[in-house]
Amino acid sequence: MKPKVAFFDFTSCEGCQLTVVDSLQTHLDLLDVVEIVQFREAMSERGEDYAIAFVEGSITREADEARLKQIREQAALVVALGACAHLGGVNAIKNLAPLDDVRQYVYGDKHKWYETYAARPISAVVKVDAFIPGCPIDREEFIRVVKAVLLGKKPPIPDYPVCVECKLKENNCMFHKGGFCLGPVTRAGCGAICPTYSDGCEGCRGAIPNPNQDAMKDVLKEHGLTVDEVMARMTMFNAFDASQLGK
Amino acid sequence: MAQNMKIDVHHVTRVEGHGNITVNAKNGVLEECRLDIVETPRFFEAMLRGRPYTDASHITSRICGICAVGHATASLRASETALGVELSEQAWLLRKLIFHGEILDSHVLHTYMLVAPDFFKVGSVIPLAGIAPDAVLRALRMKKLAGDLCAMVGGRHTHPIAMSVGGFTHLPTVDELKAMRARLIDARKDMDETVALFKTLPWPQFTRETEYVALSKPDEYAFIDGTITTTDGGRYHLNDYRKVTNEKCVEHSSSKHTAHKRESYMVGALARFNVNSKQLHPKAQEAADALGLKAVCTNPYLNSAAQVVEMVHSIEESVKICDELIARGIKKEDAYKFAGKGGTGVGACEVPRGLLFHNYEIGDDGKIVNANCIIPTGQNLANIEADMRALVPQILDQGQEKVTFALEMLVRAYDPCISCSVHFLDVKFV
Repeated sequence: MKPKVAFFDFTSCEGCQLTVVDSLQTHLDLLDVVEIVQFREAMSERGEDYAIAFVEGSITREADEARLKQIREQAALVVALGACAHLGGVNAIKNLAPLDDVRQYVYGDKHKWYETYAARPISAVVKVDAFIPGCPIDREEFIRVVKAVLLGKKPPIPDYPVCVECKLKENNCMFHKGGFCLGPVTRAGCGAICPTYSDGCEGCRGAIPNPNQDAMKDVLKEHGLTVDEVMARMTMFNAFDASQLGK
Repeated sequence: MAQNMKIDVHHVTRVEGHGNITVNAKNGVLEECRLDIVETPRFFEAMLRGRPYTDASHITSRICGICAVGHATASLRASETALGVELSEQAWLLRKLIFHGEILDSHVLHTYMLVAPDFFKVGSVIPLAGIAPDAVLRALRMKKLAGDLCAMVGGRHTHPIAMSVGGFTHLPTVDELKAMRARLIDARKDMDETVALFKTLPWPQFTRETEYVALSKPDEYAFIDGTITTTDGGRYHLNDYRKVTNEKCVEHSSSKHTAHKRESYMVGALARFNVNSKQLHPKAQEAADALGLKAVCTNPYLNSAAQVVEMVHSIEESVKICDELIARGIKKEDAYKFAGKGGTGVGACEVPRGLLFHNYEIGDDGKIVNANCIIPTGQNLANIEADMRALVPQILDQGQEKVTFALEMLVRAYDPCISCSVHFLDVKFV
């Protein structure tokens, strides 16, 4: 019997689920090995007997916690799909300012109509078994993770930095081009796609385990970057972690 | 005969984001008819404040995974207008090229994968692959082409990398453009078959007069920049966008509603067609004839047909742009350097779902002081509800199941993007 999988989304752009749909362009046989029983963005059918749940999006209001906990109860495996679920992602930028200011700025005196709290990754609410990093996820990596999960193996997510892949691509270093890049401390697996297109890494895949912070500081100092510039970049996808510092 | 009807579609499927349809009819009288947007609020405008203008397009492309190029474009145009940055001809051609790629990508997704299953009475594209494998394989092929086109210019479609204020950080090569041109030419066959398929579909017959709003330009079918133009004769400079949108909060929707002179207006492919159909590529005009589309068309279900017409247009325009870029050759251009002077600017474009505005105030330190984004789905919500109120009494005697189906199809026809508009869509009939 094919394992039953389901896709869910919380606060997100649904771009990772879209990437899953796009992965069918080259891997249509994916449908031969799993049965998708729920995927609201793409299908009306709805089954509740899934074993593997892919969850996109951050949790940004208390009301959504119950739904996530229910998914956790049903699924044998919960996989965080993309930066919002994995790290909090861009949604957590709002955590850096007082919540009431943020709410009033967008909804004015009606802000109390719309429930919200500090954005967080799904792992802040339930136990997560695996994650697929990135904003958006990389479709080839998604396929690799699905294969590993189906074989009962640990998903092959790299824990070395983006610089490794960037060097293998023989790219000119962004710092040498006068840019700014989080590649030295960010988890690889994206094929260094942003530096390859001459844009510095923004850290969407999160920090590697034990990042070499001293070396990173030296690089930043050498290239004369301001604290403001560094903080803006560090908090684009990783504001949740940044807001936890000192807590 | 349903004297009483209560419909409660909790989370409409095959749309982007979370919305519910609620309908309540008692003794044949419609008491309640709403599209509740229950998506979580997102607060992007607040998140932009205090951040460098250079990050704005990368942050706001994350508003939407489907129209990421559109958000990036509107964001860049807002910054470029604020800072007085002029784009080179080459940069304009590339901006237009990647934009056509996204129009094609999104319209293939919507027409084939989200709308077509309704006509085959299946719940999704997966069973559709069993019934109409040729159509599904064609859709996947066309979507791959569109995605590859976006990737050639911007690095990838969902959350493009190379688009930056003043131009691009990476340029395609002439060889890449030539290969892409050849694939676009090949895609004409798939496009012809797409038109042939969609002209056989029995579109629901429902019309309601409303106002259609789109950008227009004197010399082309407008997607980026232009004058805000309406079928009621309104014409506005982009700086006056608030005179058209008049946003207001409504309690049942985390996305704000908008209205111009009437109670509501419509944006999107049908609105663009109704305002600018004469500027479509001749092949797209032929497709419109084949599909029975004629401006001004007031059947909202035909928004999907207008998308098919635009797919033809985008393929043909992409071929033209490739030709032009190949003839010119690709030249490396200097990156824009911030001169220490801020400003205020409006960026507008016609993303797949309709008219999108970004409006930024940038300080002399290069940081964003204020930001406002008005999203197409938000502008359509009031119009969808007005359609629902007109439609339900006409079909109330057909029973709950058919009414629910007709309403879900109606909401879907607008191709709503609820994450964008905030994040919302569920149908409830009471």
